[in-house]
Amino acid sequence: MASLLTDRALLWLGALLYLAGFLVGLIGLTRRHSPAGLRTMLNILLIGGWGFQWLGLYQRGLAGRGCPLGNTFEIVQFVAWSAMLVYFFVGSTFRVSLLGLFTAGYAATLALVSLLIPQWDLVRGQKLFGNNPWIEAHAALAVFSYGVFGLLTLTSLMQLLQNWSLKNKRLNGLFWFLPSVVQLEQINYRLVLLGVTLLSISLSVGAAWWVRNIESVHLPKLMVTVGVWLAYLIVLLLRWRGRLVSVRFAWVCLILFGLALLSLGPVNADRHGYQPVILTPR
Amino acid sequence: MASHPAILFQLGASHHTASLAVREKLALDAARASALASRLGQIAEVGEFALVNTCNRVELYGVASSNAAFPALHAALSAVTGCTTAELDSVVILRQNEAAIGHLFAVAAGLDSQILGETEILGQVKQAYEAALAQHWTGPVLNRVFQKTFQAAKHIRTNTGIGAGQISIATVAVDLAGRIFGELAQTKILVVGAGDIGLKTVQAFQSRGATAITVASRTLAKAEEAAAHAGGWALSLADLPAAIAEADIIASSTSSPDFILTRELIEAGIKQRPARPLFLIDLALPRDVDPATAELANVFLYNLDDLAEIAEENLAQREAEVAKCQAILADRTAALWPQVAHSLNAPHAS
Repeated sequence: MASLLTDRALLWLGALLYLAGFLVGLIGLTRRHSPAGLRTMLNILLIGGWGFQWLGLYQRGLAGRGCPLGNTFEIVQFVAWSAMLVYFFVGSTFRVSLLGLFTAGYAATLALVSLLIPQWDLVRGQKLFGNNPWIEAHAALAVFSYGVFGLLTLTSLMQLLQNWSLKNKRLNGLFWFLPSVVQLEQINYRLVLLGVTLLSISLSVGAAWWVRNIESVHLPKLMVTVGVWLAYLIVLLLRWRGRLVSVRFAWVCLILFGLALLSLGPVNADRHGYQPVILTPR
Repeated sequence: MASHPAILFQLGASHHTASLAVREKLALDAARASALASRLGQIAEVGEFALVNTCNRVELYGVASSNAAFPALHAALSAVTGCTTAELDSVVILRQNEAAIGHLFAVAAGLDSQILGETEILGQVKQAYEAALAQHWTGPVLNRVFQKTFQAAKHIRTNTGIGAGQISIATVAVDLAGRIFGELAQTKILVVGAGDIGLKTVQAFQSRGATAITVASRTLAKAEEAAAHAGGWALSLADLPAAIAEADIIASSTSSPDFILTRELIEAGIKQRPARPLFLIDLALPRDVDPATAELANVFLYNLDDLAEIAEENLAQREAEVAKCQAILADRTAALWPQVAHSLNAPHAS
């Protein structure tokens, strides 16, 4: 039995539970008043999915003797896992309706896509962090901040939908359940603040080691990483000054996350001490 | 000698059967309600009773040992309200046993209300029952029926869309404000024009916790009068630009033939508070708010037609839920009736 629960099997279970959660949430959307207990079922599925994903990543971490960020597959899984973790805090603190459904859909998509593209998991870096826990923390925090920005993208999307719904007087269906404009504004502001803080800490830790060995990080990775951080920092400052709000803020967050996701490719391909290992093709 | 089973009854009138004029005559204030209860207590054939008395209905629920109770109930109602027997005969309906249970279920669930699906009636039925319980007017039959009624009404609220969406102009506006601001306690409301519809809208906002109300009118005296009524501040239209910058919600209902809230005025106002949305409610005919303001980011404009259309949509959705609610309540009535019938057969029932 234990041999059946390989890391990928656990990650599959996690992804399927996220998908089930998403489908349960969709059922609730078909009526204005969801049957009692649907929300509880959604949360149980998401917690279960997150737990299996955690176990799967943990197994891979044990095998790789480090944080499971060895290839695109692991990074994407980690981003989905982080987004779900942030949702558990944000969802329970702000009681944002529909965010569970959106997060379930988002996490299920990331997790399933990463599982369905074998090429992402054929090669895995070894000794990525040179046995240095600080570099490992730097990488983990950076990817975790992507999870936060992912959730920010979802709340931005919800804000765009709510804005469209109110402007066009289309208030039923999915729009009926959306949180208020002000609530979404507040959550977006806090999420961008949290994401920038985490990424800043991550880059500070990375920079502290980088100055000791400047050649350890190549220019493309440096530029992309600092570029993403700077872009989110500017968004945060503009939001703070009230210069970038509402729909424009939401659009910028959506576009920026798309670009940030694309940046994962160059960052992942340009690792310090990258020693690729060909895994057995599955 | 064979004993007859007792009868569970509902006897009364509502907006379905009685005109407003008759309902006004039937209406029971505290003194009349007490007088009626006193008379009911003296009818030998009536074992238990409760009085549901709202602006739209006067209904007696009770347990009678025989049909002889009903003329006496009519007489009591006639004596207390001053309605003639003929008047009562034309509006009062008597339902017995299973039909009485079904009716009470429908009333508590808001299916029988003038505003379909409204929730206030459940509280009123609860109050009526608690008053009867406190006075020891109820017994095992009514206690069971009312408890099951509350369970059924709660089930309907939770599992159907009968109470979803608002169906009056003022409450639709409040509902929309909730979608924009969430909690309304912290929102600042500016009412332009001291008309009746604006003030009614303010009342709806106040019922949801809004406290910061400002009334602006062409004449300051009128604004002050309306503000005193609404418990807010007053200002003249000359101070409107500054007030717009402060307001979260603006409800306008003047009789001006031109736009009072122009795009330029609103644009200047929101520039001073860009992060907060602005909800404009145009309750005037001809319109007070320039439709071009709707193009501004973070500004949400709704006029009378928009609000009426939403109210109609919500009502249609509530109506679509009625059949589902009736089926649920019919099942619950059928499940409860054998238990009640058993109690009615027991010696204590009458």
